[in-house]
Amino acid sequence: MDATTPRAGRTTALRADQISLFDRRIALRAIGDAIVKLNPARLMRNPVIFVTEIVSALVSFVALRNLATGQAFAFPLTIAAWLWLTVLFATFAEAVAEGRGRARAESLRRARTDTLAKRLVRAGDRSSYQPVAATALGVGDIVLVEAGDLVPSDGEVIEGVASVNESAITGESAPVIRESGGDRSAVTGGTTVVSDWLVVRITAASGSTFIDRMIRLVEGAERRKTPNEIALDILLAGLTIIFLIAVVALEPMAAYSGSVLGVPVLAALLVTLIPTTIGGLLSAIGIAGMDRLVRFNVLATSGRAVEAAGDVDTLLLDKTGTITFGNRMAAAFVPAPGIDERELTEAAVLASLGDETPEGRSILSFARDRFGIVAEPPAGAAVVAFSATTRLSGLDAGERSWRKGAVDAVLATIRLAAPPVGFSQSVDRMARAGSTPLAVAAGGRLMGAIELKDIVKPGIRDRFAALRRMGIRTVMVTGDNRITAAAIATEAGVDDFIAEATPQDKLDYIRKTQAEGRLVAMCGDGTNDAPALAQADVGVAMQTGTQAAREAGNMVDLDSDPTKLIEIVEIGKQLLITRGSLTTFSIANDVSKYFAILPAIFIAAYPELGAMNVMHLATPQSAILSAVIFNALIIVALVPLALRGVKFVPVGAAALLRRNLLIYGLGGIIAPFIGIKLIDLLLTLLGLT
Amino acid sequence: MISTLRPAITLIVLFTLLTGIAIPLALTGAAGVVFPSQAGGSLVERDGKLVGSALIGQNFTSDKYFWSRPSAITDPDPNDSTKQVAAPYDATNSNGSNLGPTQKALVDRVTADIAKLGPAPVPADAVTTSASGLDPDISPANAARQVARVARARGMPEDKLRALLAVHTEAPALGFIGEAHVNVLALNLALDAQ
Amino acid sequence: MTPIGWAQIALVLALVALTAWPLGRYIASVLAGAPTPLGRLLGPAERGCYRLAGIDPGRGMSWKAYAFALLMINAAHFLLLYAMLRLQFYLPLNPQGMAGLSPPLAFNTAMSFVTNTNWQAYAGEGALSYGSQMWGLTVHNFLSAATGIAAAAAVARGFAGGGLKQLGNFWADLTRITLYVLLPASLVLAVFYIARGIPMTLSAYVDATTLEGAKQTIALGPVAFQEAIKLLGTNGGGFFNANSAHPFENPDAWTNIVELWSIVAIPFALTVTFGRIVGDARQGWALFAVMGILILAAIGVVYWAEAGGNPLLTALGVDPALGNMEGKEVRFGIPMSALFVALTTGTSCGAVNAMHDSLMPIGGLVPMFLIQLGEILPGGVGSGLYGIVVYALIAVFVAGLMVGRTPEYLGKKIQAKEVKLAMLAVLILTFSILGGAGLSVALPVATASLANAGPHGLSEMLYAWTSATGNNGSAFAGITADTPYLDIGLGIAMLLGRFAFLVPVLAIAGSLGGKVKLAGGAGTFPTHGPLFIGLLIGVILIMGGLQFFPALSLGPIAEQVTLLACKTY
Repeated sequence: MDATTPRAGRTTALRADQISLFDRRIALRAIGDAIVKLNPARLMRNPVIFVTEIVSALVSFVALRNLATGQAFAFPLTIAAWLWLTVLFATFAEAVAEGRGRARAESLRRARTDTLAKRLVRAGDRSSYQPVAATALGVGDIVLVEAGDLVPSDGEVIEGVASVNESAITGESAPVIRESGGDRSAVTGGTTVVSDWLVVRITAASGSTFIDRMIRLVEGAERRKTPNEIALDILLAGLTIIFLIAVVALEPMAAYSGSVLGVPVLAALLVTLIPTTIGGLLSAIGIAGMDRLVRFNVLATSGRAVEAAGDVDTLLLDKTGTITFGNRMAAAFVPAPGIDERELTEAAVLASLGDETPEGRSILSFARDRFGIVAEPPAGAAVVAFSATTRLSGLDAGERSWRKGAVDAVLATIRLAAPPVGFSQSVDRMARAGSTPLAVAAGGRLMGAIELKDIVKPGIRDRFAALRRMGIRTVMVTGDNRITAAAIATEAGVDDFIAEATPQDKLDYIRKTQAEGRLVAMCGDGTNDAPALAQADVGVAMQTGTQAAREAGNMVDLDSDPTKLIEIVEIGKQLLITRGSLTTFSIANDVSKYFAILPAIFIAAYPELGAMNVMHLATPQSAILSAVIFNALIIVALVPLALRGVKFVPVGAAALLRRNLLIYGLGGIIAPFIGIKLIDLLLTLLGLT
Repeated sequence: MISTLRPAITLIVLFTLLTGIAIPLALTGAAGVVFPSQAGGSLVERDGKLVGSALIGQNFTSDKYFWSRPSAITDPDPNDSTKQVAAPYDATNSNGSNLGPTQKALVDRVTADIAKLGPAPVPADAVTTSASGLDPDISPANAARQVARVARARGMPEDKLRALLAVHTEAPALGFIGEAHVNVLALNLALDAQ
Repeated sequence: MTPIGWAQIALVLALVALTAWPLGRYIASVLAGAPTPLGRLLGPAERGCYRLAGIDPGRGMSWKAYAFALLMINAAHFLLLYAMLRLQFYLPLNPQGMAGLSPPLAFNTAMSFVTNTNWQAYAGEGALSYGSQMWGLTVHNFLSAATGIAAAAAVARGFAGGGLKQLGNFWADLTRITLYVLLPASLVLAVFYIARGIPMTLSAYVDATTLEGAKQTIALGPVAFQEAIKLLGTNGGGFFNANSAHPFENPDAWTNIVELWSIVAIPFALTVTFGRIVGDARQGWALFAVMGILILAAIGVVYWAEAGGNPLLTALGVDPALGNMEGKEVRFGIPMSALFVALTTGTSCGAVNAMHDSLMPIGGLVPMFLIQLGEILPGGVGSGLYGIVVYALIAVFVAGLMVGRTPEYLGKKIQAKEVKLAMLAVLILTFSILGGAGLSVALPVATASLANAGPHGLSEMLYAWTSATGNNGSAFAGITADTPYLDIGLGIAMLLGRFAFLVPVLAIAGSLGGKVKLAGGAGTFPTHGPLFIGLLIGVILIMGGLQFFPALSLGPIAEQVTLLACKTY
């Protein structure tokens, strides 16, 4: 299994339906929602777009007044229309993002059916229960769930063992075992018991169950602005006020200079200067970030957690399952002096035929991969199976015999008290490196040693190197002793490790690291992981884990795959990068707009200012209009980017910044020059100027 | 409040005594002894009479003298305080013209001055007002243009005048710091002393 | 532009760069209360101050306490100066018998000096007694400069460590800066100035008889000492109306060079101080580089604009070789005047050795724009540093997100609170400059003050509000500043520009001080090196400057394009 790619071949509830960027159904509904969102009371949350709306209303009023009084109205009306479109595009972006979340929530909602729960009359007595609507259950109620029943709500198993199908939440159709006590005692409302029965103490009231929370999160209904989003909002609001002052103050200055600027022109200037692009896309970016996480089968309890994931600079990773496959496997054949490696391999293969343990099988597959040797037992050979007492396995064929097993056991079989020095050295080296050495003998002769190792997942080393370039330290947590841990740590390329780790060690390590001014992420599933999960800045609990762990963490991984921590960090970073990039782009856009609008509006007072019209826009009116149109269209044009997120490259901050500054900063300065010019050409071509 | 007020007021008093009274007075006293001339305004006397300061320009209108730059200083009209009258080189009211480069008043003034000064090109400092209105210096080019006029008025050979001018032309310090200039008062004093 | 001109500019800038490191380290030691050679000499004076004033220099202050102390002493000093100016007729050292200033003018002047603006709505030699200049203005020059440096130190300390609740002791900072930095340096400079001819006398104005027999009254005074602190503390309020263009304030090329150095020496050195306080010299040098690059560009533009002369005059037959000499002194010439223009407005000094009103349109645009950028290149003593830190925070916030982390500057996370305070500070500048100028050009009571017509008139008004808000104090001086409307309006602008900016900045320092100091790493946005320098320059220009572009288009830019079309007004 490759640790670095999301599991293939398994459909999950949330990932199941890949939603295209502009799904027709979603887009249509979003248009309706976008109009509803024009309600100023709701738009107040978004200062930039709110100001745009007010200004649009003002220009519309002027246009209508002109229409009524017979003054020129075509220009103000056109400006008003495009300003309204600007607002609409912004609300549309948010509506599309929400629509995608809603579509995902539908699949979850199907799991939440109204069911009747079997509430026990007396705790401990399964024989008598009364049917109660699942929605009427309270925290602390004890219910019986039997084969075929839906678990009515989240709870803790207090009695019984059962297999439960959790595909409604995780998409994983293989049932999992749930039992009282230990780390597998949590059940989730909406999952189905497929065999046996459970007595469950309800831990969540109706409406606040895990699945309810998931639905709300995915729909964005509970969306609160994240800390960075709030800060960014303030920045944008501040910029809006600054430009508001600049534009309002311009009116008397222009009047002093002998030029009268009407409301439409000032409105056009204001709206093109305030950061409408990022203002319009900001909430869509946030929703989409959460959505990306959900698509990845990870649920964050808040957007704050997703942001924190981007900030993390230390990852605590469990060795087993994350860094290594978890089983010891053959990794090398070391022949004894005078023996050929191939001879050793053949002997090892024959001796392992009777070994059904994973280690034994790994020897066969390693030999096959390495030398293409496939086991062919000689005719009439008798297998000596592996047993814990003999600690060896083998094969007997008439005179000949092959043995493989613990070094001392094998040496004892061939009665070799003093093995060759070369062999002993190899065995010692393996032990020091944390590997397990096995000895192989054939026909009473020592053939050599097999090194069994905890195999580090392929590619993980590069992965950690990439993390290091991103400035993230990886720390391996393992129950192994220091020597073994150090060897694996070196091989995997982690920056640090905690050997013989107890839950308290993890907690202490996190505290220590945080005190150094670092942010820590970790995964965990057991109840005793809960304190560390709570202490970590990002704690990812496994869906298979205990209720305590799931409550303590701020994310739940539905696939229960600890490797995902890395992707979670990347998604967090991508969210922030997208916000930052579009903000930079939006602000950089202003430069060109000045060159479009200023010469146009001052041309009456100072015709010589036409020299500033570097884009050679056709007429003052087309210049202003082109800038306004560009400003509106760029929002729509960037919706896909906002939803998809800016491409994340795992490199250091300096390189990342250079890249994004070049694309979004410099690009933000240049793009509108081209865009405005093209729109102006088009307007001229269509004779609209 | 009181705990803040006490240090605030005490420090104001102490700093006023120190930086506003004691040190300036001490420095004034010491300067009067060590640098009496400089500290006193670099005043220039001739025959026991005070004729000005070596650092402050004077207004010259006679053909016998090298002329200073135009000065934009104006004073309130003694007869009508709402009006201003020209008061070139009034050393109690330093000021420039504060005319922007596109002002008609500037162009008109320079046009008139050029008409008086004769053939173009005219050195810029001869027709522009200085920042202080008290500029003691003119450019060597400006001075050179005036040699013929002064020589005629004084009946002096131009060569002699040019030699005098060369003596009174101050080159930039170390060859590159500041601009070459001629102190008009010093030059005219030397002229009178001839 | 000539190589010799550039050589002079290079000389001054080299002096500044050479002194920045030792001076910055020295100031850092002084602020830390570490022993210095002067400390042994003046230690008793320092301790005496503390004893008399009841100060415990070791007691740290929260940002609120620090700000309160700062505001309190400045408020008290404002009232004192107001009283002195109103009552100067009754006070000693008034040989010319100067009358008390009018209430609006006294308000404006007191505000001007307490805010380190030193805008002069009065003409020094025509309105102020020697006494007012000495124990009024000179003292303020020291106090407002020390206030600025103290505030900068407090801001730097906010970045220094983690979980700091205190930003130092304001009284101790103020006393140490005054005693160990400003006072000794001013003394040395003053002696040099006297030696070069700047007067230091209490004798009354003298009457001379000119060679042509006219009477010339020559204004004198205790100029040299005030001159020293005027420039060193980036105050800029001249003893005389013509400021450093007056031969008694700036008699020759040598004094000019020293004055130029002393304007920017401390502001640039404070970047080194900053680096030392935050524990990473490179951070200071990055700010130094940003300031240096932008001011160098500004110098180049002014020099270029002025060196070509005024084409309207060239057309009349004026030799353009000397450049645009209107409003300039012969002994300085174009390069030294252009350098002064840029440095005095890049800092919040505002002293002038050439009349800014008579600069070419682009030559005048640059100083105005430098002030509008927030007086951070390198800015006033102290105020430049904390000002550029505000921009650094904004730059880090916008671009920092692009590296995928919550933005942090010097290990401190920049969050909603800091952004709010930073934007508030920046907003105040916009509001006061553009709001003030916009309102004023619509009011006849204000436009009556304008001396110039056409776009230059707008520039004059815009410059006044820019200069007051930026606490610069230079002017397009044709404007009649002493009217009740402008006295009070600009007085308020100075107040906003100084203290309404400073208090949020101290609040930022307080908030950051309390935060954990995060360890840096490869994932952290690097705030030193060319990338950050370029970024900060971009943010300063785009976020700080763009808002003023429309107004500037109607002022200097319109003037430039119409000048090229040979229009006059």
